[in-house]
Amino acid sequence: MKTGIGVFIAAVAAIGLSWCGLVLGPQLQLGGEGITTVLNSTDEYPLQPTGAENLGQQVYRANGCAACHTEQVRQTGVTCELTLTSLGVYKAADFTAFARSLFVLPELAKYTNALADAINGWNGDMPKTILTTPDKTIVEEMANRLKAVGVKFDLRILATGPDISRGWGSRQSVAADYLYAQPVQLGNLRAGPDLANVGVRKPDMNWQLIHLYAPKAVDSSSTMPPFRYLFELRKIGSTPSPDALKLPSEFAPAQGYEVVPTTDAKNLAAYLASLKATVPLYEAPFTPVIAAKP
Amino acid sequence: MNPTVKTTFSVCTNEIDASCRVPLLALFGGAALWLVAGLALGIGAIMSFHKPDLFADCQFLTFGRSQAAANDLLLYGFCIPAALGVLLWIFSRLSQTPLALPIVPVVAANLWHLGVLIGTIAILTGNSTGHLWLEYPRPAAVLLFAAFLLTAVTAAATFGFRQQRDLFPAHWFLFAALLLFPWIYSTANLFLVSNQVPRGVVQAIIGWWFGNNLIFVWLALAGVGMAFYFLPKIAGKPLGNSGYAITGFLTLLFFGTWAGIPQGAPVPAWMPTLSSVMTALTLVPLIAIALVLWQTIVRNGFKCGGGPFCFIKFGMLCFIASTILYISLACPRYSRVLEFTWFGTAQTQLQLLGFFAMILFGAIYEILPRIMEAPLPFPKAAKAQFWITGLGILLFVVPLAVGGLEQGMKVRDAAVPFADASAVALKFLRVSTTGQLLILLGSLPLVLNLFVMTIRWKVALLKTLISAIKAPLPEAEVKA
Ligand code: HEC
Repeated sequence: MKTGIGVFIAAVAAIGLSWCGLVLGPQLQLGGEGITTVLNSTDEYPLQPTGAENLGQQVYRANGCAACHTEQVRQTGVTCELTLTSLGVYKAADFTAFARSLFVLPELAKYTNALADAINGWNGDMPKTILTTPDKTIVEEMANRLKAVGVKFDLRILATGPDISRGWGSRQSVAADYLYAQPVQLGNLRAGPDLANVGVRKPDMNWQLIHLYAPKAVDSSSTMPPFRYLFELRKIGSTPSPDALKLPSEFAPAQGYEVVPTTDAKNLAAYLASLKATVPLYEAPFTPVIAAKP
Repeated sequence: MNPTVKTTFSVCTNEIDASCRVPLLALFGGAALWLVAGLALGIGAIMSFHKPDLFADCQFLTFGRSQAAANDLLLYGFCIPAALGVLLWIFSRLSQTPLALPIVPVVAANLWHLGVLIGTIAILTGNSTGHLWLEYPRPAAVLLFAAFLLTAVTAAATFGFRQQRDLFPAHWFLFAALLLFPWIYSTANLFLVSNQVPRGVVQAIIGWWFGNNLIFVWLALAGVGMAFYFLPKIAGKPLGNSGYAITGFLTLLFFGTWAGIPQGAPVPAWMPTLSSVMTALTLVPLIAIALVLWQTIVRNGFKCGGGPFCFIKFGMLCFIASTILYISLACPRYSRVLEFTWFGTAQTQLQLLGFFAMILFGAIYEILPRIMEAPLPFPKAAKAQFWITGLGILLFVVPLAVGGLEQGMKVRDAAVPFADASAVALKFLRVSTTGQLLILLGSLPLVLNLFVMTIRWKVALLKTLISAIKAPLPEAEVKA
């Protein structure tokens, strides 16, 4: 390091390497990625957003909603769930006895307690979840035994983790979810809940609009700032606006006035209602509660 | 020592300092104003948490906008231009030659400040690009980029004319900083703010790469470079082992530039994995730099009493703390709890204010009396600034980090309602806002000293000018 040239070469090499690795590399690997298909289906994913949804995303960007909200669900693992749906020829008591007979299997040793808890005193109500474990082979083993005796069951794969338990999504977010996001705003602070699937939780546009106008009107403990500037407070003219918000009396404007959402507010609500990643993908499998296609 | 040599040397130093005066005032003056504006706007932003409907009818100050504008003002408004000023001075001092092309950085400073102004207005009016740390739209970005290049050219030219051939550790760090910024800033803008942006999550990856290289690597290069110049200089003792310094420099560049991809990000798994390994490896530069500091600061036991040395020492301690927080954020075990909480904010603010801004305060107070050839007008206020800002930073950052930890543990436990987790953080925000107020208060002495000195200098200039006009013309000229 006696000469400037040495420093210069070292610096160029270091920055260049990381540039190749984290700018060029991802671009080559993901840049050409297009639409994928839903797991076990030919449906395309993701769907092209509508014009209003795209405009709404610009409102989201302009107002910095990402400063308080993330749009990325994390998952810590997967778990398999075996749920009985029909015992076939068995009665509940017969089945319990049969299940007990399986306890001797060495590979089930770890699960006998859980199994015993599940079937002890069970009166035959369906559906009945009897086994929940991240170990896929055990569940398959069990499934084969049940199949052999004609018992019907559901085998479901579920994503796990605090985000999933909070109801923020049914699986983790993956690269494919953001194909049409422009700009991609993953966010880095959760002052408010994750919004990657807010369209599933709150599909109602009116709910979204009222929440934006007065968050406390839908959740009295809310600390989200109201976005009243996205609405217009105006005198009711000869005919009241069909869009006017139906607010609870506490938040309603003075007599003779109405609160009308601006185009920005409507687009934003459309964008929020469109946020959903409900389908399983190859890289993020799970068994949907309501199948993607009936 | 030969007395004649001494005098020529000091004449030369005066000349160097004088050559820096106008460019540095242009860079520091605007930077100091942006600092106050950024700190004030940051307090305005956080008020949305204390009183959610405060700005419900004012779109310009809504949290999402004011927060981004405030952070950018601290980084682009204050940290970078002020650091460029300090860098120019260090370069001409180390080269033992007056600043080359002194008019160029003056132009650059004005372009830069104009860019910051445009960028800030753009964010507040809803025209941010939506990418973290890259919020300024294209016109502002072009100005910043051009201004940076111009300054870098001046620095390189000054280096080229150097009288003193040795290369010091400060040189390596500052050189790399000059190279890194244009590279990452142009990459990020070309990829993310152009007409042909990549689709999907590649945007986020490039954004993380950029953010890490700016907030972690660039600030580290520039900040440590400045500290490695000033600490030995003020203490009058040599810098610690240069073998450690070079290890720190190279490993910071080779490992640090890969950090920044969060664990569990919705991207192919190799990226976060590689990134977290590299982040863990930044322990190497951290330890190397800490050893150099240990040898430079602790071993020689210099007493600073609130002066520039104190600022820089405090800054380097914050650097160590903030890097440790950064590494812990990348560690999969902790990141699961700390991710998406106020802990990240604490780390960033510690890096920006505790580390970088504090070093800049020290450097500016050290440089100002020399380039202005006058003592600081309010030296007591400058000392008070050290204590007020230092306390402010602790009050700002520690509650945020602890609050973030508690918030993270609550969010992780799905049995705890989400609102409870947010409410916990709110408690800590009350304290951290007090810290922000102190930091704002602490920044006023800098503005005061800087502007009183500038005004006095301008008045003196004006007086010389007037007396020159008024002075009776010499006999010879009257005749002619
Ligand atoms: C200062 C932080 C903050 C900002 C900025 C913010 N939010 Fe929120 N948001 C919250 C908090 C806290 C909650 C939880 C309380 C509630 O439901 O109101 C929330 C909840 C929500 C919810 C309901 C989520 C659910 O699961 O019930 C939606 C939708 C939402 N925000 C959208 C937005 C949009 C759109 C913007 C930008 C215009 C925005 N938020 C800006 C803090 C914020």
